[in-house]
Amino acid sequence: MAVDLTLAVLVLGLVMYSVLGGADFGAGFWDLTAGGASRGARVRGMLKRSMSPVWEANHVWLIFVLVVFWTGFPKAFGPVMETLYVPIFLAGVGIILRGTAFALRGEAATIGEARVLGATFALSSVLVPFFLGTTIGAVASGQVSVPADPDSPFSSWTNSTSLYIGALAVATSAYMAAVFVAADAVRAKLPDMVEAFRKRALGAALVTGAMAIVGIFILRDDARFLYDGLTSGAGLVVVIASAIAGLITIALLWTRRFALARFSSATAVAAIIVGLVVAERPDFLPGELTLDQAAAGDSTLVPLLVAAVIAVAILIPSLGYLFKLVLSGQLDQEFHPIGASDPESTR
Amino acid sequence: MDWLPVADAFTQVDQPYLLEARQMQALSFGIHIPLVCFGVAFPAIVLFMEGLYHRTGNVVYRQIAKRWSKVMLILFAVGVVSGTILSFELGLLWPRFMEEFGEVFGLAFALEGLSFFIEAIFITIYVYGWDRISDRTHFLTGIPIVISGITGSFLVITVNGWMNNPSGFDIVNNEVTNVRPLEALFNDFFWHEFFHMYVAGFIVAGFLVAGVYAVAWLRGKRDHYHRAALIVPLTVACIAAPVQLLLGDWAGRTVAEHQPVKLAAFEGLEETTKGAAFTLGGIYIDGEIKGGITIPDMLSLLAFHDPNATVEGLDSVPEGEQPPVGVVRNAFTAMIFIGSGLALLAAAYLFTWFRKARLPRTRWFYRLVAIAGPAAVVALIAGWITTEVGRQPWVVYEVMKTTEAVTGAEGVPIGYATLAVVYLGLVSVVFWLLRRLARQPLERELPAKVEAAG
Repeated sequence: MAVDLTLAVLVLGLVMYSVLGGADFGAGFWDLTAGGASRGARVRGMLKRSMSPVWEANHVWLIFVLVVFWTGFPKAFGPVMETLYVPIFLAGVGIILRGTAFALRGEAATIGEARVLGATFALSSVLVPFFLGTTIGAVASGQVSVPADPDSPFSSWTNSTSLYIGALAVATSAYMAAVFVAADAVRAKLPDMVEAFRKRALGAALVTGAMAIVGIFILRDDARFLYDGLTSGAGLVVVIASAIAGLITIALLWTRRFALARFSSATAVAAIIVGLVVAERPDFLPGELTLDQAAAGDSTLVPLLVAAVIAVAILIPSLGYLFKLVLSGQLDQEFHPIGASDPESTR
Repeated sequence: MDWLPVADAFTQVDQPYLLEARQMQALSFGIHIPLVCFGVAFPAIVLFMEGLYHRTGNVVYRQIAKRWSKVMLILFAVGVVSGTILSFELGLLWPRFMEEFGEVFGLAFALEGLSFFIEAIFITIYVYGWDRISDRTHFLTGIPIVISGITGSFLVITVNGWMNNPSGFDIVNNEVTNVRPLEALFNDFFWHEFFHMYVAGFIVAGFLVAGVYAVAWLRGKRDHYHRAALIVPLTVACIAAPVQLLLGDWAGRTVAEHQPVKLAAFEGLEETTKGAAFTLGGIYIDGEIKGGITIPDMLSLLAFHDPNATVEGLDSVPEGEQPPVGVVRNAFTAMIFIGSGLALLAAAYLFTWFRKARLPRTRWFYRLVAIAGPAAVVALIAGWITTEVGRQPWVVYEVMKTTEAVTGAEGVPIGYATLAVVYLGLVSVVFWLLRRLARQPLERELPAKVEAAG
């Protein structure tokens, strides 16, 4: 019971990070693909305006995931870190780059500086979701053994499932970023940006959907037990829920109801993560460690869950206040095209 | 200690680059800890400044608080990054430690994560909320930042205290068992560490910020803005610096009691000695302290408040369980030397302020304040080297060695070099950014707004 609840807390953190942190990284993807300095200026300005205020809060979810992981499931945490250190370290490098880009946002005074900043932002936006995605893929497809085998630093995460989940994480990040920014553009009353990001969101939704279908075949060949888990019982229910949420998002985007599309797109992504976990059960590290074996004892899990309840009680009103201010536009930044003739920074 | 014997509880890991792994962790701490000072102490200083504005209605204070809050946000953003990297490294470099003991001390980190979260949320609201939410609400959103800064650092330090004085578990048949996380959390060893670090935060942040305006002062910028921006952080740091001497004494005595070998390393004391001498200053080279002033019986007096007390030497444990004395002793000396210097500087300032009700006039004072900030950072890091390297070879004192905690992975030097390069870039960018921010013209504040907001 305590183990399942702890798993639920861990999954909740992972979902929040994938949705909120993912949207942030996805913004970097659109920055990367926005085109030349003058053509992409408005898109980049819009991205910066949307992503600035809540960056740290979004990224603290990752720390939350790590601490719940090592406190709740220490026996799995050690081997995962000791086996998958290459992608995890590279994700860490990406996080440093993203933090640097965030600290610098709005401070670039010349085209040259803006380019360096953009490149850093874009690079991190691909590095972090890709390598964290491959890490999850490697864990889910049973690449981590107990005790850890640190002598396969590359083969442990370069199987097709790991690489696929990494690519999927980049795609879902871009998808959510486009949906979120489109909704922001409505609020900012910038119709051209609404259309620009609506197009991007629809495109990303189609690509992500197509990837999901391809993924079924990849998993069938590379991680049969995962495929079986996702195509039967509770796993199948979650997969169908994800597909429905994805289709609803496309419909909402088509009819320009962006505020609702935020939630349905987040649901679609959340369902992917939940689906992986459901398909694994009762294993944490497939074939090596069950959830019960990986978990700490109840003497640790119960206080951890109490702490989680306290955290929720404090965080919900705090986050609610933050998002209320953000969504009502009270913390909004001014819109400035980036890289065009007006290099003036916002406040 | 009911978990004895522990000698063979864990297996040695074949890791030729243990030293590099430790240095990589130390590098990350060296980046993170000065930022922590700005997360823990600086918000209180900023909020005090905003409070002055509310009390007086003078917009200068508001200008300062607003400017500083931008610095606070930048440094916090970098702190989120370095904190995340530290979390990664705990697992990447010390997976066996996390595997065995994650469930023992992890609770503190879970609660710390909550503090960090609250801090992130309210720092965002505070910094982006200027002129957008009412003055009163704005001030109130600063309070959770201060509180969560305290609780966050408190919780992290309980873990460090636990590593130095482990409790809350038993080892039976080489297995960590009977875990009691609350006992580990309140292990009773962290109080001196917490206050020592918390006060250090105010010294570091206070002197660093004051130093910026001391330089401006020397260049003739002495208007109300610069004067206020100098006096507030300087006063904070100058109150904290003498207090730190007392806290340092307390910390030293606690170490003497719980970790005698660490104390022996502080002093380079080879053999257990009754009425041990204290050597002031000097550099430890080739197994002895050169150039220090030796005071007979002083160490016994300092450590146990008794000149005849017996102080355990390094020889009280086998050679394999002794910390590297050179690093520990020299770091300890550096901390003491700088800390005492800062306290003297503080005394000079406080004396002038209270007796003559003015700032010191000599230009030397402002030159010293300008270097006090960087010096305080050196003392801060030296202090952490003292306690962390002084704990070696243990990661969990007298239970698990770093050789048993380290990863078996290859490529530690590659990771270390990569991280060093990336961090060098990050640090350069932050310095560049802060310099640019300092050159930006101040925003105009409209006095009329004060009345409108009440």
